[in-house]
Amino acid sequence: MTTEPHAASLLQDDESLEPADSTLKAILGATITLIALTIVWEFLVRQFQVPAWLLPSPSLIGQSMVEWRSELIGHSMVTLYETLVGFALAIAISIPLAVAVVYSSLLQNTIYPILLALQSMPKVAIAPLLALWIGFGTLPKIVVVFLVCFFPIIVATASGLAAVPAPLMDLIRSLSASSLQTFVKIRFPTAMPHIFVGLKIAITFAVIGAVIGEFVGSESGLGYLILVSTSQSRTPLAFGALVLLTIMSIVLYYGIALIERILVPWAPRN
Amino acid sequence: MNKIHIEGLHKTYASSHGRVTALKEVSLSIKQNEFVTLVGPSGCGKSTLLKLIGALIRPSRGTLLFDGTPLLRPTRDVGIVFQDAVLLEWRTVLDNVLLPTEILGLDKVKSRNRAMDLINLVGLGGFEKRFPRELSGGMQQRVSLCRALIHNPSVLLMDEPFAALDAMTREELGFELMRIWDTDKKTVIFVTHNITEAILLADRVVAMTPRPGRIARVVDIDLARPRTIDMEFTQKFKSYSGQIREVIYHGPGASRS
Repeated sequence: MTTEPHAASLLQDDESLEPADSTLKAILGATITLIALTIVWEFLVRQFQVPAWLLPSPSLIGQSMVEWRSELIGHSMVTLYETLVGFALAIAISIPLAVAVVYSSLLQNTIYPILLALQSMPKVAIAPLLALWIGFGTLPKIVVVFLVCFFPIIVATASGLAAVPAPLMDLIRSLSASSLQTFVKIRFPTAMPHIFVGLKIAITFAVIGAVIGEFVGSESGLGYLILVSTSQSRTPLAFGALVLLTIMSIVLYYGIALIERILVPWAPRN
Repeated sequence: MNKIHIEGLHKTYASSHGRVTALKEVSLSIKQNEFVTLVGPSGCGKSTLLKLIGALIRPSRGTLLFDGTPLLRPTRDVGIVFQDAVLLEWRTVLDNVLLPTEILGLDKVKSRNRAMDLINLVGLGGFEKRFPRELSGGMQQRVSLCRALIHNPSVLLMDEPFAALDAMTREELGFELMRIWDTDKKTVIFVTHNITEAILLADRVVAMTPRPGRIARVVDIDLARPRTIDMEFTQKFKSYSGQIREVIYHGPGASRS
């Protein structure tokens, strides 16, 4: 009889371990913490009368975001465009190239090692050179985004295509499957979860790449807006641009994650 | 005519320590519909021999005849089961079983019917729409057995298929395999490092020893079929087990002295 309440509490502990429940709790917890931090920020700025050009209060940032909404939206669209075009370009080039590398021992021994070595070069450091070569339009920003996305995608795709378990390859060979059959039925689906790991890394780099490209020299985009508004001491507006950049990054990441759930439902979730 | 005839088969590998002899002077004939187990410690070349029979690797020297003709490339007359089920995670049980028929371009409707029959035969009826991650290890291995049988090969190669399973599931699947083999006779070559399993399943046990991998002794198992778990405790079974243990641990010359 006395063990009954104990058993009931054990059951509740068990239930709290269910994944859906724990995800909800994590989201709820993070939201509450964020709101609390914002309130503390607002309070401290008012209490110590920090000047707005140094550190604006959240309410002031919100105000200026409303005031400058059309500019903010316009510049966001430019950055979003550069990010998405560069990212798409990286997908379109690096995935076929990864396939070629996996299937050609010549490429594997010539181009691929060079690509891996280039990976450790800080791509954003090329941004000034790109400005020198192709000017200050959107193209050099797209190229920077392309470069930062290219490497994580090609490496993830190449390793994914090579990740077929040896016994499965034996099975396929015992059936005398053609290269095309092996690729379509085995290799590519095996690589899919790996490719999405690469895509998720790439999309977060992509936004950073676009902003760095804009820092180096441009007349539009959120990076440009941050640069200009900081130099004119419009710090609340710079913060507003920062908020939008963060939101853009998060939305793009979860957009990729959503596509992954639809296309690769068998991928391990974290 | 023998289903598989092996004579003077050698296999050497290049390794960082020079050439390693995986198999030396292996000769063995396997009759149609015979159940042969290859048993021995790791490194005795039993898996190498299985891969050679599947034409997944080429011998360095020697003769390997399949239905009387030299085996030069993989034949569709072979089905393979590995230690890991290696199912495709993105396919249902049914679609996993159907994979070989898609590659071989077999008739879709007939294949589907045969797949459903096989799935029912191994006791997975009702699970055909499930995905591999929803199945236990034993159930996954049953699916991989169906996949090996779907194109109706006359030879079934099994590379330690139950080694990753717990002891009870292992026993259960062993008896199930014999039941299937009884109704639909095939030549089965079954690799294991478990001597009891080797005797319980086989018509003939091929005991192998390592460094270099060679056949130490071939033991005919004269036990009635269907086999039962009680046979393990008979004097006859123990004597087979003793013979095999002796050659595996003390080499082929041991029992003669």
